[in-house]
Amino acid sequence: MDDDAEIVAEFLVESHENLDQLDRDLVELERTPDSRELLSSIFRTIHTIKGTSGFLAFNRLEALTHVGENLLSRLRDGKMTMTTATTGALLTMVDTVRALLEAIEHGAGDADPAVDVESVVAMLERVLAGEAEPEAAAPAAGPAPTEAAPLPGGEESTVPVTESVEDAPLPAAAALSGEPSTLPVAESVEHAPPTEAQFLTEEVAAVAAPEPPEAPPVAEPATRVAAPVVEQPAPVVPVAATPAPPAAPPAPVAAEPVLDAEPEEGRRGVVDSSVRVDVDLLDGLVQLVGELVLTRNQILQRTETADDVELVRASQRLDLVASELQESVMRTRMQPIGQVWSKMPRIVRDLALQLGREVELDMQGHETELDRSLLEALKGPLTHLVRNSLDHGIEPPADRVAQGKPAAGKLSLRAYHESGQVVVEITDDGKGIDPARIGDVAVSRGVVSREQLARMEPRAVLDLIFRPGFSTAETVTNVSGRGVGMDVVRTSIERIGGSVDMTSTVGAGTMMRIRIPLTLAIIPALVVGQGGERYAIPQANLVELVRLEGQDLRDNVETLAGAPVLRLRGRLLPLVSLSEALGGAKAAPEGLTIVVVQADEVRFGLCVEEVHDTQEIVVKPIGRQLKAIPMYAGATIMGDGRVALILDVAGIARDRVIGAAHAAEAEVAVGTVDARALLVLEVSQGRRAALPLTAVSRLEEFDLARIERSGGAEVVQYRDGILPLVRLAPAIGLAESPPTEDQISVVVHEDGAYRVGIVIDRVLDVVEEQVVPTEVGKRNGVLGSAVVQDRVTDLVDLDAVVRPVLAGVR
Amino acid sequence: MTATLTNPGAPTSAMTGQMCTFWVDGLYFGLQVEHVQEVLRYQQLTVVPCAPDAVHGLINLRGQIVTALDLRCRLGLPPRPEGELPMNVIVRSRGEVVSLLVDDIGDVIDTTDVSLQPTPANLPPTVQDVVGGVLPLPGSILLVVDAERAVDVSSPDTTGGTP
Repeated sequence: MDDDAEIVAEFLVESHENLDQLDRDLVELERTPDSRELLSSIFRTIHTIKGTSGFLAFNRLEALTHVGENLLSRLRDGKMTMTTATTGALLTMVDTVRALLEAIEHGAGDADPAVDVESVVAMLERVLAGEAEPEAAAPAAGPAPTEAAPLPGGEESTVPVTESVEDAPLPAAAALSGEPSTLPVAESVEHAPPTEAQFLTEEVAAVAAPEPPEAPPVAEPATRVAAPVVEQPAPVVPVAATPAPPAAPPAPVAAEPVLDAEPEEGRRGVVDSSVRVDVDLLDGLVQLVGELVLTRNQILQRTETADDVELVRASQRLDLVASELQESVMRTRMQPIGQVWSKMPRIVRDLALQLGREVELDMQGHETELDRSLLEALKGPLTHLVRNSLDHGIEPPADRVAQGKPAAGKLSLRAYHESGQVVVEITDDGKGIDPARIGDVAVSRGVVSREQLARMEPRAVLDLIFRPGFSTAETVTNVSGRGVGMDVVRTSIERIGGSVDMTSTVGAGTMMRIRIPLTLAIIPALVVGQGGERYAIPQANLVELVRLEGQDLRDNVETLAGAPVLRLRGRLLPLVSLSEALGGAKAAPEGLTIVVVQADEVRFGLCVEEVHDTQEIVVKPIGRQLKAIPMYAGATIMGDGRVALILDVAGIARDRVIGAAHAAEAEVAVGTVDARALLVLEVSQGRRAALPLTAVSRLEEFDLARIERSGGAEVVQYRDGILPLVRLAPAIGLAESPPTEDQISVVVHEDGAYRVGIVIDRVLDVVEEQVVPTEVGKRNGVLGSAVVQDRVTDLVDLDAVVRPVLAGVR
Repeated sequence: MTATLTNPGAPTSAMTGQMCTFWVDGLYFGLQVEHVQEVLRYQQLTVVPCAPDAVHGLINLRGQIVTALDLRCRLGLPPRPEGELPMNVIVRSRGEVVSLLVDDIGDVIDTTDVSLQPTPANLPPTVQDVVGGVLPLPGSILLVVDAERAVDVSSPDTTGGTP
């Protein structure tokens, strides 16, 4: 099973790293025996190894770490104090764990009889029972013919000791481990308490120094003693920083046996095949390679016209090598998503037990790679979604059976690359999400009002779970339902340039789909030209390109209250001129090139002068002098070595909205369905009224001449149909303004198949603010008045206004 | 150069030593060499719309994007005449690299035995803001630029406006 092998390999790498940390922590702990923090850290490490080994069915490893964990938990809880004996016992345990891991790595599994687990377990138990003396610990760990170690009672009685100790002499274990074990050390440096001597250079020095006559024999153990110290990365362990003179020389020697041991293995072990590299160093490399690529581009341009064949050939080689180098360096930052997934089986198993669910976990696409920083950022949200699936999605077995589903729920995680993005899908076959229930909860929590809810599409209702403060767990469980929920998931995914969406079928399950960019360092982007400079628009924000000229331009672009909007396939798309957004002049061209972009929930059209091409750009930070400008996300260097700014689409949208009472505000809101957005109108000569924007499907202007009569009502012919009109002013109890122009402005409201045109004086603005209706001004057709943009505004009761008209139509 | 010293004494040894010198609008400035990474000829600039006035653009310094600040603007001096290309003094400040655009580059001089004097009080405030003191040298007065303050450009409140 490849999957298993992969999991085991990850387990090994992780555990080895953890053990190195553990060694450091334990040594550190001996100095500060009462450090709760260190103890907790050690406890967690052992706990992790124990958990995973349990999951992977490494029973001996689990038994060993279990006892160690017990000891550690007593230490952590202050029921026992740290002594050298306990440290020694713990270190012996760490070494034995390491030996077991090596056995596993070599394919022997943890059942390898060469590794003596039982005597170590026995020793740990004695320490637990409180009887161990430093001297007692060493022989116990040794090959001493310990009679089947009597298990002290208490919580340890669960540990099975099945093999007799004599079968497993420890020296063998030490030899196999290829690393200096604690044991030979303890024997050779007999005068010192073994546990201290092993790991403190000072101790080594103390031991080595008093016995100069025996120099050759002592030197040997000294090297072996020093080895564990050398293994530890120098910067972390202060011990190495102040080496006692006698101990220093053996250190380089000590490195040799370790190195020598490697070739014998015949292949590189899992642990040795990877190196930990400082991320800063990698980032530096990425940058250097970026430079190299630019230089290459310049050289290539020059050599294209060169006559020197050798030069051309050399530059072609340079081209090739630089490309490959770039690719490889980029790959160093990439890590498989399996890293995150390796934690999932455990999480799922634990949760399933805790929640009384039966779950089959299916994971695909382990090898899907993405940038390590993104991987880090994905961990939290992914775990959260998995928890949600188990807690809210998959039903208890009894319920499932009752519904004719298999008792075990299916949770599948799938990752794959799609168009330059990584897609992660979390699918369960649970009860799904019921929009009706989501709606009820949203209303009861005050996330939306009932009226707003009534107007929302089912999809938009489902989206409510991403609103802050929303959580549907009926009882607050340990697992989820603490009010920090999906909004946090969405925010953290969006922070790394990704998106989350959800599809759910009641009774059949839910699928959450996360999309994140492959990397933040290199992104595909569309390069556009404006005012002689080039700007890059991240591909992730791109929706489409639209070019309008002549008649099309006049037909499809209109200006509403100073804000240009584009009719695009029946929807109104706000337009922002890049030139204006960048503080330039307003252009009045005969043709418009519109880049339709989307950021967050906002979609708008960005009018640019020229569209160049799409290319992969390296995102580089800009200086702090420019950080405050919202329009730029960074900068990049183009093929010719010039700098180009990367546009921040969300920033432009925000900036335009805040900027003034024109342009983006209207656009932002019209383009999206935001339950809180209001269309502010002028009626009855200067009075203000507001309609929920969700009720507005379009804005039209009709010539007065087009108004016809049908019965008592005014109508216009509109889109192959008849649009009944209602004059807003009289409908909300105000005086009708006399017609000042030969046109009327109409807000078209759609209710199912029916349309109503609401006649107004003009559109003032679109605002996105939470308004609080008051009882003041409440009357027929008006829900109440509210302060919108510092002016008193009537909130129109749309139902009351259109009901009479619709009643006539129906 | 006509400035008079108001308060002789009060030397600040931290701002003397090896000075990289340059001219901006006829004024003789110095910047401690420790702050200066390198000096470059005119580089092509990419204009940054909506940026603070002093930000003249961005340059590509071997793959690193460097903000170029025009010292004339930063000092409140008249703009550089048309056709004159500025030089770049690349300065390291708080982990970032910034380019100061100056008119011309002078020599590196040693000013260890000259004591720093406070900036004459009658200099324009925009100049005082950037200058940490002056060194009266034989024949000229060197205005010592405080690198930290020079690269500190407050955000403009004219967002959206053209410079």
